[in-house]
Amino acid sequence: MSKSAILSIAVRYLLPLQLLFALFVLVRGHNEPGGGFIAGLVVAAAFALYAIAHDVRQARAVLRFSPRRFIAVGLLLAAASGLVALLAGKPFMTGLWSTVELPVIGKVGTPLMFDIGVFLVVIGVALMMIFTLMEE
Amino acid sequence: MHHLLVLPILVPLIAAGAALLAWRQRRMQRWLGLAGAAGLLAVAVMLLVSVANNGILALQIGDWPAPFGITLVADLFSAVMVTVTGLMGAVVMVYSLVSMDPARESFGYYPLLLILLMGVSGAFLTGDLFNLYVWFEVLLIASFVLLVLGGERAQLAGAIKYFTLNLIASALFLSAVGILYSVAGTLNLADLAVQLPRLGQPGLITVLAMLFLVAFGIKAAIFPLFFWLPDSYHTPPLPVTTIFAALLTKVGVYALVRTFTLLFTQDIAYTHTLLLVLAGLTMVTGVLGAVAQMEMRRLLSFHIISQIGYLLLGLGLYTPLALAATLVFMVHVIITKSALFLVSGIVHRLQGTYHLKQLGGLYQSHLGVALLFLLPALSLAGLPPLSGFWAKFALVRAGLEAGQYAITAVGLGVSVLTLFSMTKIWTEAFWKPRTVQEPVRVLQGRERLLYFLPALTLVGLTVLLGVLAEPIFTLATAAAQQLIDPSAYIQTVLGGAL
Repeated sequence: MSKSAILSIAVRYLLPLQLLFALFVLVRGHNEPGGGFIAGLVVAAAFALYAIAHDVRQARAVLRFSPRRFIAVGLLLAAASGLVALLAGKPFMTGLWSTVELPVIGKVGTPLMFDIGVFLVVIGVALMMIFTLMEE
Repeated sequence: MHHLLVLPILVPLIAAGAALLAWRQRRMQRWLGLAGAAGLLAVAVMLLVSVANNGILALQIGDWPAPFGITLVADLFSAVMVTVTGLMGAVVMVYSLVSMDPARESFGYYPLLLILLMGVSGAFLTGDLFNLYVWFEVLLIASFVLLVLGGERAQLAGAIKYFTLNLIASALFLSAVGILYSVAGTLNLADLAVQLPRLGQPGLITVLAMLFLVAFGIKAAIFPLFFWLPDSYHTPPLPVTTIFAALLTKVGVYALVRTFTLLFTQDIAYTHTLLLVLAGLTMVTGVLGAVAQMEMRRLLSFHIISQIGYLLLGLGLYTPLALAATLVFMVHVIITKSALFLVSGIVHRLQGTYHLKQLGGLYQSHLGVALLFLLPALSLAGLPPLSGFWAKFALVRAGLEAGQYAITAVGLGVSVLTLFSMTKIWTEAFWKPRTVQEPVRVLQGRERLLYFLPALTLVGLTVLLGVLAEPIFTLATAAAQQLIDPSAYIQTVLGGAL
């Protein structure tokens, strides 16, 4: 497949923008449209585009960790977010919120942690499928 | 105490996540698989003890009150099923250590098995119909991958039937859930049990009951929806077959028992009579299919179907004794059937085939293996004093007490045929002299231990279940009472929200 110079240069600027946008969608998610799932898809789309512009091997290198590791860490993080409530003596997965408001993000709590878990799992699953299919 | 309810789901999940992290370290994955299954068994036993002492437990996930949030509930029936899940998980995990090939182990066998166990535990514990659907999907997806892992031709052929039929069942299940929600406005099982009688539409509810019956019936492999099972169960490696045979159809039966004791009890004369008819047909077709088979795993797969018939029989009779018998029968059949599968795996390891024609002479060369087969085989056929006898005895008594003589006679007749098909394996594989002249492989040391320990455990348990029939029936009767009179279940879930 011949590589497009325009695409490969554009991707260099698009990738960080897409990642930033994904973070925005992720953090916005609890009270407004957004969340871990959709943000994970945005990240996966960014890396898929990178893989199209360059190739899968390079996309994997930019991703640093294998998609499988994203799935594992995401699953464990989501499970851990539920465990926090258990340690506090509340039923599993009860949302616990910090009292202090952070700038920009607002209040943080275990639902955000769960969302980050979902975010990582979606990145992992989507990229695992995309990379595998592109390598065929 | 109610925090215990979430652990049978969390323990396998965390172990599976850790096993994914240790993807390249096969040794580590094996240890994590073992730890996950053993941990599941431990928390399940704790849950069972707690439920037996304190009554039904309920946990509102995320502290959202029922019927709005998701509730996890464990009555005795659920707790026993989760305990058996943990037991089977641990046993199959040990057996896998020695019989699973390294290629499959490196491609995620252990995490998948753990996810399967998580899905099964979740299905047994949930108190919400939609959540039950989600757990069904979790365990199905794990089972799809386990079934095709390795990608052999026969596996793929079997998987297509398994996959298609189960997708249809899932679609039906989901539509039924949707219609039920539009009718009742809730999917919390306890809340549904309160709402459905108030609707005053028994006809509509019976239609819904039939939709659920077909959906769960495909999953439980009842007549006439069973044909995917014998076509797919013998294709994957033996530990996978064993865990499927032990748990997957039983989740379907569990769902039938749960819904037909808690929700669909408005028109018992129709629904439960239909269950009895299906029970009879399932028993007979299953056992007739088994008698015709010459491949050990296929023969045993047909037996799964015929045993499902007995479970339905207890549900259809719908008396406390019959439900208690169903529960005992469920535990009995999971343990005995898995023992038979594990022994057939040992036979395969020794003589290199599952085909009865080519097997032979095992009684002479391996007396121990012969005994390990004989005990669960006789137990399955229902000979005293093994566990199968007491389970069948109670079912027959319940049938006679309820005046259902025809179906009881069918049950007894099928027992004889079961015994006949077991003698078929016995004479072909164990008694007749071996015709094929190939060297018999010898199991030694660690391999021998890991092959025999799981089978020995299960065979020991089937004997123990027979010896301890009295306390087990006491427990089962208490569980059946909770099913027949769901007020305690409803009260525990909904609390003051009634």
